Amino acid sequence: MLYRENGQFKTSYAADQQIFPIAQDRLAIGLLLLVAFVVMPMTGSEYLFRAVLIPFLILALAALGLNILVGYCGQISLGTGAFMAVGAYAAYNFLVRIDGMPLIVAMLLGGLTATVVGVLFGIPSLRIKGLYLAVATLAAQFFTDWAFLRVSWFTNNSTSGSVSVAGLNVFGVPIESPVAKYLFCLTVVCVFALAAKNLTRSATGRQWMAIRDMDVAAAVIGIRPVYAKLTAFAVSSFIVGVAGVLWAFVHLGAWEPAAFSIDRSFQLLFMVIIGGLGSIMGAFFGAAFIVVLPIILDQVPHWFGIPLSTATTSHLVHMIFGALIVFFLIAEPHGLAKLWSIGKQKMRLWPFPH
Amino acid sequence: MNRKTFALVAALAAFGAGTLSAPVAAQQDTEQFFPLLVYRTGAYAPNGTPWANGKQDYVKYVNATGGINGVKIAWEECETGYATDKGVECYERLKSKKPTVIDPQATGITFALTDKAPVDKIPLITLGYGLAASQDGGVFKWNFPLMGSYWTAADALIQHLGKKEGGLDKLKGKKIALVYHDSPFGKEPIPLLQKRAQMHGFELVLLPVTAPGVEQKATWLQVRQQRPDYTLLWGWGVMNSTALKEAVATGYPREKLLGVWWSGSEPDVKDVGANAKGYSALALNPHGTDSPLVKDILKKVHDAGNGAGPREEVGSVLYMRGLLIQMLAVEAVRTAQAKFGKGKVMTGEQVRWGLENLNVDEKRIGELGLAGLIRPIKTSCADHMGSTSVRIHSWDGTTWKMQPDWYEADKSVIDPLVKEAADKYATDKQLKRRDASDCAA
Repeated sequence: MLYRENGQFKTSYAADQQIFPIAQDRLAIGLLLLVAFVVMPMTGSEYLFRAVLIPFLILALAALGLNILVGYCGQISLGTGAFMAVGAYAAYNFLVRIDGMPLIVAMLLGGLTATVVGVLFGIPSLRIKGLYLAVATLAAQFFTDWAFLRVSWFTNNSTSGSVSVAGLNVFGVPIESPVAKYLFCLTVVCVFALAAKNLTRSATGRQWMAIRDMDVAAAVIGIRPVYAKLTAFAVSSFIVGVAGVLWAFVHLGAWEPAAFSIDRSFQLLFMVIIGGLGSIMGAFFGAAFIVVLPIILDQVPHWFGIPLSTATTSHLVHMIFGALIVFFLIAEPHGLAKLWSIGKQKMRLWPFPH
Repeated sequence: MNRKTFALVAALAAFGAGTLSAPVAAQQDTEQFFPLLVYRTGAYAPNGTPWANGKQDYVKYVNATGGINGVKIAWEECETGYATDKGVECYERLKSKKPTVIDPQATGITFALTDKAPVDKIPLITLGYGLAASQDGGVFKWNFPLMGSYWTAADALIQHLGKKEGGLDKLKGKKIALVYHDSPFGKEPIPLLQKRAQMHGFELVLLPVTAPGVEQKATWLQVRQQRPDYTLLWGWGVMNSTALKEAVATGYPREKLLGVWWSGSEPDVKDVGANAKGYSALALNPHGTDSPLVKDILKKVHDAGNGAGPREEVGSVLYMRGLLIQMLAVEAVRTAQAKFGKGKVMTGEQVRWGLENLNVDEKRIGELGLAGLIRPIKTSCADHMGSTSVRIHSWDGTTWKMQPDWYEADKSVIDPLVKEAADKYATDKQLKRRDASDCAA
């Protein structure tokens, strides 16, 4: 009915290979971007930006980065929080130690530092796989936790070990108001999502997926495992590092290593698994599920005026949230993104089911 | 199955969109709104719960006794779980309801809110925690670390040790260890202790404990090797009881172990019981149920079936701290009302003025029903702390026994450090010190 491809003929390779080959999808994405960039800033409340959308966007970006490593290249990582922390602290040091350092440059340098560290911790992946690799990346997590707590140089000798940034601006435009912060995050996320999408459709992305699906076969047909794995680590760490910079600078403003603890790593891994491994959209679905759902659940009793104690509500949120995770993974092991694509498949035939 | 799944997803999505975009229910403009950031779940729940109940009971008590000059208090709790990002979410959620004042209940959340409070014009009360430098009202216009900070705490502890030894000069050559929660909270006292170490010539041994502090074997092995003459404990939650158990296992005399006021409550020693006998900690607030105030609360709140927590919790150390925090917040509203209009709802800005001009003298303490239990608190534009008086209480195996001596932080030691740290903060944040005209307003 509404979602038919009849009559949409492709007459060039470019048209056949575009990201959204179906006109309705292009329209939907266009509308979504319009809402995100234009309607939201005009209508959203401050709470919506600060407590919901900004964390959602930043963690979606981090999940995107992790998805490149876990979902596309099959290298399980439990050190995402660590690479976020490296990005955040590196950018912080570039910002405070170099006068006149622009925010964007500091952010990208933070990402690059995370890349270097990511590649370094990715080296073991050339020899070990699966669970063993996960443990190796766990080492990265504990190492950075330790380093940022104990090496005072990283925190600019802050006595309390907590650091903060102020006066952020891009080309002279201050990033202070919720709307400015939101638009800044949104822009960064859109740029990176587009780049990541295209990377995964490129030769590099196909190499990652070949390594993921069967590394021996991939090596036989001439894909270099070393190159493929390390590029996946590099790209993933870069994106995760940038997300770390945003989380620290834009969302928190003042932070300590606990902001990037092992819990953060697990949270991101769950996002990727629930959202859908090996899917760009999955990162967004996963982040929405993990960030937004607890916030909603938390407020349900309040909206309905059910007198529940704070502790009970909090426990209930955990229970329902856990139950939903289990439910969704049973209903669709490939995550929410897969559910979405099944839905689209059904829509193509609707209302005439086979 | 699939169809059901879709139905559920669609319902969730629609419901979520509805929830997040629904307008916040407007509260009545005749009530003073207090957002209560609490944690009743997570690793720190045993300590967070009495604190939260104390706050809530006092609010109910004020409402039961006619409000603040007739203005009733509205309140809403929000669970932070001690996590900074959750705390920020709570703050944002409750911000639209014109909050009076916020007590974040966590050093990490305080750090994150310190940047936001001036923009949103909401004062922060961080009684006995938060940023030590924030007692400098000239830079930290919106922060109120009432009654003490980690620097005043560390200072009082060293003075106490000096007294024990028969003079601060007797500390020369001694070895004092600091077993601390490896986070901003635990690191805060270090600069002051280092300064005191220089002054008196004792050796400071720093022993960090990774949060949350359930694993301290290595730390106490070092205590065993180094044999410090005294050990200061800077813990929170489960770290405290673990440290005490390790001290028992190590055979470190509990008489030589002194805690900060966050390491001196009932949950910290309950599991160790008689084995913790002799352990002392700072007592920022009185405890027990003998004071007229607590008796009145038991009568008007708990007997009316309105108590936030169990009756036996009333009067415990952290319950009383929560009570005191809420009490001082209400006193600030009273002070503000005296200037800006009795019986009116005060804005955050007006309450900030009230906090800056707080004057809880002996007479007022008597009226509040805490005669002889707390010292007068008087804040000013330059001093956002109001008082640094603190006592020590010791665990006798079953209860905390209050010691009679009061300690005050030594201004000559603290003030230069505060000024230096506040100036550094102002430079980092590109802030200017407030001028005198701003104080008068």
